[in-house]
Amino acid sequence: MSAPTVVAPRPARRGTLKQRLLGPQNRNLWFWVFVGPFLVGLAIFVYVPILWSLYLSFFDARNTVTPTDFVGFDNYTFMLTDPAFLSSMGTFLVFAIFIVPVTFAFGLGLALAVNRTRWFQAFFRSAFFLPAACSYVVAALIWKMSIFNGFRSGVANGLLGVFDIDSVKWLSITTPPWYWLVLVTLRLWLQVGFYMILFLAGLQRIPPILYEAASIDGAKPGWQTFRYITFPQLRATSVAVLVLLLINAFQAFDEFYNILSNFGTYPPYARPPLVYLYYVALGSQQDLGRGSAGAIILAILIGLITVLQARFTREKRS
Amino acid sequence: MTDPTPQRPSPLNRRQFFAVGGSLAAAGVLAACGSDTGRTAASSPGAAASTGSTSTATGSSSAAVSASSVSGGPSSSAGGAKPTLQQWYHQYGEEGTKAAVEKYAAAYPDATVKVGWFPGDYDSKLASALLTADAPDVFEAGNGPSIDAIQGGLVEPLDDLLGDAKSDFNQALISRMSYQDKLYAIPQVIDMQLLVYRKSLLDAAGVKPPTTFDELAAAAKALTDGDQKGLFVGNDGGVGILTGPTLWSVGADYLTDDDKVGFTDPSVATAFGKLHELFASDSLLLGAPSDWFSADAINTGLTAMQFTGLWTFPDLIKELGDDFGVLPWPKFSADGAGAPSVPIGAFGSAVSAKGKNVDAAKAFVKYLWVDNAADQVDFAQSYGFHFPARESLADQATKLKEGTAAEAVKILQEYSHAQSPLLWTPASATALSDAVTKIIKNGADPASTLAGVVSKVKAELKRVVK
Repeated sequence: MSAPTVVAPRPARRGTLKQRLLGPQNRNLWFWVFVGPFLVGLAIFVYVPILWSLYLSFFDARNTVTPTDFVGFDNYTFMLTDPAFLSSMGTFLVFAIFIVPVTFAFGLGLALAVNRTRWFQAFFRSAFFLPAACSYVVAALIWKMSIFNGFRSGVANGLLGVFDIDSVKWLSITTPPWYWLVLVTLRLWLQVGFYMILFLAGLQRIPPILYEAASIDGAKPGWQTFRYITFPQLRATSVAVLVLLLINAFQAFDEFYNILSNFGTYPPYARPPLVYLYYVALGSQQDLGRGSAGAIILAILIGLITVLQARFTREKRS
Repeated sequence: MTDPTPQRPSPLNRRQFFAVGGSLAAAGVLAACGSDTGRTAASSPGAAASTGSTSTATGSSSAAVSASSVSGGPSSSAGGAKPTLQQWYHQYGEEGTKAAVEKYAAAYPDATVKVGWFPGDYDSKLASALLTADAPDVFEAGNGPSIDAIQGGLVEPLDDLLGDAKSDFNQALISRMSYQDKLYAIPQVIDMQLLVYRKSLLDAAGVKPPTTFDELAAAAKALTDGDQKGLFVGNDGGVGILTGPTLWSVGADYLTDDDKVGFTDPSVATAFGKLHELFASDSLLLGAPSDWFSADAINTGLTAMQFTGLWTFPDLIKELGDDFGVLPWPKFSADGAGAPSVPIGAFGSAVSAKGKNVDAAKAFVKYLWVDNAADQVDFAQSYGFHFPARESLADQATKLKEGTAAEAVKILQEYSHAQSPLLWTPASATALSDAVTKIIKNGADPASTLAGVVSKVKAELKRVVK
C-alpha cells in the first residue's frame, strides 16, 4: 500500500518530472492502474453517499436529495426522542446480547468438533458451511412459509403434533414472543458455518508444539488444554469474530423484513433500527433528512462499540 | 479444494475459472437488473409474445384490442421519431395482467411505450425513482400520488385530460386523487375489500349473516371447529385491513372533513379493544400459509368467513361455486353512530413532472385511461375481478350483473369509503398501525395507546395542511 518510490535504489539524477511521477519501472503507474478503479468505486459508492447522508441529516429533506431547508440538529433531536427509534435500538440490544455469544459459542464448538474428526472432515466442514451460501431472503421465506407457519403443514407444528401438542401461531402472536425463535434459528443456521470456518483457520494455525509441551508438562487433554492453550491462542480470531458478529447484528435487516413485514406495514415489535430507518427514509415516507440522521447515529454507535470492544479485549491481554 | 493432491491438475485452471466466474457474475448482474427494474423484461418481445398467447384466449374483449393494435401498426411504422415513454406498474397477481398491459402499450400509435413491472415494495421504488431524472413518464400509484409528491411538484395535474368524462368516473376516487381542486391521477379500476362467508357452513351452525360486531364475533366463535376457524382477517389479526372499517363502524374516521384527527371519540377505543378480544378468542385464523388477499384460506376450509378482496371472486367461484355470500364489515352496534363499510381503492395513472416527454405522457394516459373504453373494460374484467372506475363502463361489465357479484356492486354503492384520506401521511399511518398492533396483539390499553398517536398525527397535519 505504501508508495513504492521509497525503495528507489538511488536518487533519480536524470529523472524528468514524468519519470519521477511514474516511479521506477513505472511502479507508480501500475499502483494506480490496479488501485485506482477500486478507489474510485469506493469513493462513488461508499464515501460520497456517507458524506451526502451527513449533509442531508442537517436538512428538512423530504422527497428530495438536494434540500434547501437547513434545520441544524433538529433531525437528530427528533430521532433521539422518537420512541419508535429508541425502541428499535432496544430491539437491537436484546438481539445482539443474545445472538453474539450464542453464535460465537456454536461456531467455536463446531470448529473444535470438526477439527477433531478424523473421518469425513472435509464433508462436515462443507456441510456446516453450506448454509452460509444461502440467501437471507430465500431462507426467510422457507422459515416463514414451510417451517414456522401456523399449521400442521409447517415442519415445526408437524413435530409438535407427534407429541400431541397444539399448533403454535409462531409469527402471529406476541405472547409468548415465539417470533424470536424463528428469527434467531434462521440467523444461527445461516451464519454459524461461516464463523466455524474462521475458527477452524485459527485452530489450524496453533503450533502443535504447544500441545506437545503442555502434554509433557502434565496438562490433561480436554478442558485444561482448551482453557490454557487453545482459547488464548485463538484470541485474534475471537476478537475479529466478535466484531463481525456485532456489526452483523447491527445490520440485521433481511430476515426481519422478510419474515415480519406484512403487506407494506411492519409491526412495532422486533423492529431493528435499519428496518425502521428503511420505512422512514426509503419507504413511502421518503423522509431522507431524519432517515440520514438516524443512520449517522447508528454509524457513530457502531464505531464507538467497536472501538470500546477492541480496547476492552486488548487490556485483558496485559 | 480440500483434497491435498497437488499432482492432479485442477478441473479448472485459473483462466477458465475467471472466465466462468466472470460470465456468472455478468449473468447475476443482468438477472438483478431484470428483476429490479423490469425494463429489460418488458422490452424483450419474446416474453410478451409467449405470455400473449394465454391472454388472447381469455375473452371477446381482447379481440377488440388486438384489432386496434393491427390498425395502429401501419401508422406507427410511418411515423419518424416517436418519443419513448416508460410506464410503471406494480406486479398484479392475476395471470395475464402483464401481457395485457404490454399489449395496450404496444397498441399505442404515437409513442414507444416500455412497461416496467415491479414485484415487491412498489411504493418505495416508485417514491425513490420519482426523485431522480430516471422517473417513469407514466406510472400507477395506489390511490394516486402521495401528498408529498404532489406538494413537491413531482407529478403533473391531469384535469384537462378528462373533459366531459369527468362526471363519469367514481367521484369518491376522483376526490381522493385531487388536491386543492386539481386532479393528479386517473383511476384505473376500483378494488374493494369485503367480508366473504361460506353459506353452507353458516347454515349448518345455525348462524345468520352478522350485522353487528358482536354478532360477527359470536358467529366466528360458533363456526370455529378444530382446525377450521370462524374468521380470517389477515395473519396480523386485522392490523393491516381492519383499521378503517373499525373506525367507520363507530362513526369515526382517520381525519375529519376539516382535516383534524378523527378518532378521539371514546367509542373508537372500545371498538379496537373488541378486536383484541377477537384476537385472543381462538376463533380467528392466524398464521395461514397465504394471507388475506388470497382466497386460499376460505377455499381450503381453514376458515368459514374471511375479509378479503373483490379480486378473489374468480377463485371463489371456481372453488366454491355459489356456496358463498358477501357482506360489508358490520357496524359496531345496532344503536351507535356507525355504519357498515367497505374500503375501496384504486390505482391511479399519473404523470411525472420531471419526465422528458410530459405532453406525450399525458396524451398516452388520455388515450389509455380516458378514451380507450375497450381496454378499460378488458383490464377490469379479464384478469381477476375489479370494478371499472367509470359508471358508463360498469354497464358493459356483464360479469357484475348477476348473483353474488351484483350483491357486491350494491355493497359498493351503499357502503364504500376511500381507503384513507390524502392527508393521511405514511408517518401517521405507521403511528396508528403501531398502536393498533399493540392493542390487538399485546392487549395494550386502547384509550391511552390511541391518545399517543394523536400528537404524531397533529404534527403531520401541521406539515401538510397548507
